Amino acid sequence: MLAWTIYLSFAGALLEALMPKGKNAFARWFALLIAIAGLAIGARGFFANIGQGRVVLVDLNWVPSMGIHYLLAADGISRVLVLLTGLAAVAGVLFSWNIELRTNEFFAFFLALIGGVYGVFLSYDLFLLFVFYEIAIVPKYFLIAIWGSTRREYAAMKLALYSFAGSAMVLIGLLAAYATAGSQSTGLIALGQANLPVSFQIWCFPLVFVGFAILAGMWPFHTWAPTGHVAAPTAASMLLAGVVMKLGAYGCLRVGIGLFPHGLDPWGWSMLGIGSWRDVFAVLAVIGIVYGALVALAQTDFKFVIGYSSVSHMGFVLLGLMTLNQIGVTGAVLQMFSHGIIAGLLFAIVGRIVYERTHTRQLGELEKMHLGRRMPFAAWAFVIAGMASMGLPGFSGFLAEFQILAGAWSVRPWWTLAAGVGIIVGVAYTWRALQKAFFSDLHPTVHELEAEHAHPFAPITWPEVSGVVLLAGVSLWVGVYPRILLDAIEPAVKALLAGGGR
Amino acid sequence: MSGLHILTVLTVLPVVAAAIALFVGKHARLVALVATLACLALAVYVWMHLPAGGGMGMMETAAWAPSIGIEYHLGVDGLGALMLVLSAIVTLMSVDAAHRVHHQPGLYFALVLLLESGLFGTFTALNFFHWFIFWELSLIPAFFLIKLWGGTKRGPAATQFFVYTMVGSVALLVSMLAIYLATGSMDFQHLTLLASTGELEEMVVSHLGSVVLGGPVMMWLAAGALLGFAVKVPLFPFHTWLPAAYAEAPSPVTMLLTGAMSKMGVYGLLRIAVPLFGPQIAEMRTPLLVLAVATVVMGAWAAVQQKDLKRVFAYSSVNHLGYCLLGIFALAVPIAAGDAGAHASQAAALNGVILQMFNHGLTAAALFWFVAILQMRTGGHRGIDQFGGLRKPAPVLAGLMGIALFSSLGLPGLNGFVGEFLIFRGVFPLAWVAVTVSILGLLVTAAVILTVIQKVFSGPTPEHCANFPDLDHGERFALAPVIGLMFLLGIMPQLIVDSVNPTVQNLLAHWRF
Repeated sequence: MLAWTIYLSFAGALLEALMPKGKNAFARWFALLIAIAGLAIGARGFFANIGQGRVVLVDLNWVPSMGIHYLLAADGISRVLVLLTGLAAVAGVLFSWNIELRTNEFFAFFLALIGGVYGVFLSYDLFLLFVFYEIAIVPKYFLIAIWGSTRREYAAMKLALYSFAGSAMVLIGLLAAYATAGSQSTGLIALGQANLPVSFQIWCFPLVFVGFAILAGMWPFHTWAPTGHVAAPTAASMLLAGVVMKLGAYGCLRVGIGLFPHGLDPWGWSMLGIGSWRDVFAVLAVIGIVYGALVALAQTDFKFVIGYSSVSHMGFVLLGLMTLNQIGVTGAVLQMFSHGIIAGLLFAIVGRIVYERTHTRQLGELEKMHLGRRMPFAAWAFVIAGMASMGLPGFSGFLAEFQILAGAWSVRPWWTLAAGVGIIVGVAYTWRALQKAFFSDLHPTVHELEAEHAHPFAPITWPEVSGVVLLAGVSLWVGVYPRILLDAIEPAVKALLAGGGR
Repeated sequence: MSGLHILTVLTVLPVVAAAIALFVGKHARLVALVATLACLALAVYVWMHLPAGGGMGMMETAAWAPSIGIEYHLGVDGLGALMLVLSAIVTLMSVDAAHRVHHQPGLYFALVLLLESGLFGTFTALNFFHWFIFWELSLIPAFFLIKLWGGTKRGPAATQFFVYTMVGSVALLVSMLAIYLATGSMDFQHLTLLASTGELEEMVVSHLGSVVLGGPVMMWLAAGALLGFAVKVPLFPFHTWLPAAYAEAPSPVTMLLTGAMSKMGVYGLLRIAVPLFGPQIAEMRTPLLVLAVATVVMGAWAAVQQKDLKRVFAYSSVNHLGYCLLGIFALAVPIAAGDAGAHASQAAALNGVILQMFNHGLTAAALFWFVAILQMRTGGHRGIDQFGGLRKPAPVLAGLMGIALFSSLGLPGLNGFVGEFLIFRGVFPLAWVAVTVSILGLLVTAAVILTVIQKVFSGPTPEHCANFPDLDHGERFALAPVIGLMFLLGIMPQLIVDSVNPTVQNLLAHWRF
């Protein structure tokens, strides 16, 4: 049943593309319908299978001579991420309600991207996963290049080339693993059982891991992320930060760690306390956390603040993966979900609710607009999203980051300490953005008040309200009742850590 | 079947049509269309009726000059039949694209049809003498098509094209003459059999001595044969004739050059060079692989630098054919009889090479067709910077050309991906360094294609493009099957692989490295 999320999205994309132009309202409603249907299927698949292990959805012999199967399956991790994709898709459509330029094409690319993302999360064949991963690159490119803003063509090209570079590395690793395992099958399960030699794993793991981590925004390969997020139209930024970066992190976990568990073994020598790929990537993750937060603190463009905060939060995911223990990796998966929701909400507020009315994202100019008074809904939505992003208890981010830090402590305490600094800076940049954008201390002049009165902002529309309620509600729900996700994630993580992909 | 002589009919049909086309003036295109459609039907028929074992089918033999070992000997296996289908498709596309030949249309289409006949002859001949006639014969119409209908620098381009290919052909001819003198045979099947037992080398050595000009004689002969094909494909650094020829030829002719004629070189490698000179190629494998990888990477890199759409696609063709060469040279490695893994890799690489030949032919021809369409609408413009924002006035053109471009990029789901993936998969266990470096070429190709998409389809629309007409119904109707085929082969590559794989196994069984 879950497989229908993929087919439905691609079919929806095709129908949107073939739709006659000008029927914008219909295109919107149709996209919303497809997104909701995907979410419903994802949610049904999620709730019907909590606590269950891996369920094979489809297994067809695709290219028998090479052992390539069309193999879709889902374990707890996949189901959580499919649910996230469904939520991000629905919210994305809601926050794209005002797209008037070639609406049907926009939703065609949007749904194609969603379909590719579903496909990656459900693929249990490495070749198939690669195919979906590549397919997802193209719609991203067009969404930014056509509907984007600041330096959109540069950003789109940069994003596409970074993605292609990452997938080229993954392709090399894929071929190497396939050849080393005896060229029998490209199935993740079969390759996981192949007992790849340790020395092979140690050189192949970083290749695959970095290939995927580029898309997860790992420092120093993160530079596509802020420019891409900023240039992208709101819905695309929501998807980029919400699910596309998760594709990278998911690949790191499922393929990188799942197939090459010994790739993280110590090299047998160490320098400056670094003696394995695990140390290398953990250090890069910690640098990403702190660096992303510090750069976010220095931004003058509201959207760049959020863009860099994504780099910082994704650093937590990568750090959690590198703990290799139950609590840390569970935290990483939870953080993927949580960040997907929260980043989506933040981009929606900044890019859609605020920018579409103020036509500026410069914090210095927003400061003079007194949005807290004039746009209370946006202000309070940002307060909620900001609190969730800071990782306050009660929101999904808190538990995730807590688990990651706890997992990291048991490996190397200083990882936790350094990442803790990142959290503090995270509070600072969120607070700064909140104050500057919504609650500045500047008193309006009489002239400004008159201007405000003469040109009130357009009222908040129902899609915006429902989108905010949906995302904030989910974050709050998971924050208060995290078991709902943890029950699914924990057994899957346990199985994955215990036996690689086996 | 033997009563029908279908391969002879296939080769003669375009010649007859060419003769008719010469005399009907304006209606020549119609004649050409009918003839190429009929050829396509025949080629598909041949493709559908291949023998199951992967060996030669539809054989026709007749004594020609038996005293000197020349026989009229035709036959096709999966490789040959696929190339027939490709040639027929590409020629049909080319005729379709050649809307506006005002200057001597009769002669133009007659030459195109002669070229098609040359292609068919090359892909069906099993005797070197016979094969070589067609190989050379196809050069002449190509030369005149460039020379008479080409762009401003057509003269030097046509001459360069002709001279380069001739030099390669002469080297090939000398090598094959030596083989003939030593064995008394020009028959491909016979020679392949001799080579696979090692007798060929013994015969050559006993006839010519083991060392000639300070080198092993077989190495010289192999080098000669390789040179002939390396120029044609082309292999870096023998590619320099190509950009000029592709750019100066009228776009429909470029479609033929890149879509079908470049495949003659790859086909020759597979039919002649590798079967006869396997051990020598295996010995030269490392330098050849270096050149193949250079072809891949330099081709892509050169394409980035170009401003002329035709040159962009010309270099991108060099890049794509480089993958074929990579696959062929990488699989030329002696493997133990029981090594199933290495054998599977060889088979995958060879399947990939053949698939890539077809896919590149289809995609490159489509791309040059789109260039022809762009030129026709703007009075000959083809600089990347001369276009912009075409998406707006011509959404259908942009969409379909975008699909062809992504096929060239090698996006999964479209035809270009499968061949390249199979080549990578096959070559990786045999020469992983070469694959790893070649994947860089893939990345550069992505940059090339995305740049073309950005410059041509988005951005500000220049004045002369403001009223750019979109594809008309005729063009849509003509292009739709091509684009459809790209999707079909991307999703179901087994349509080709299933028929080609027995041939691949059969070829590999007769090759000795």
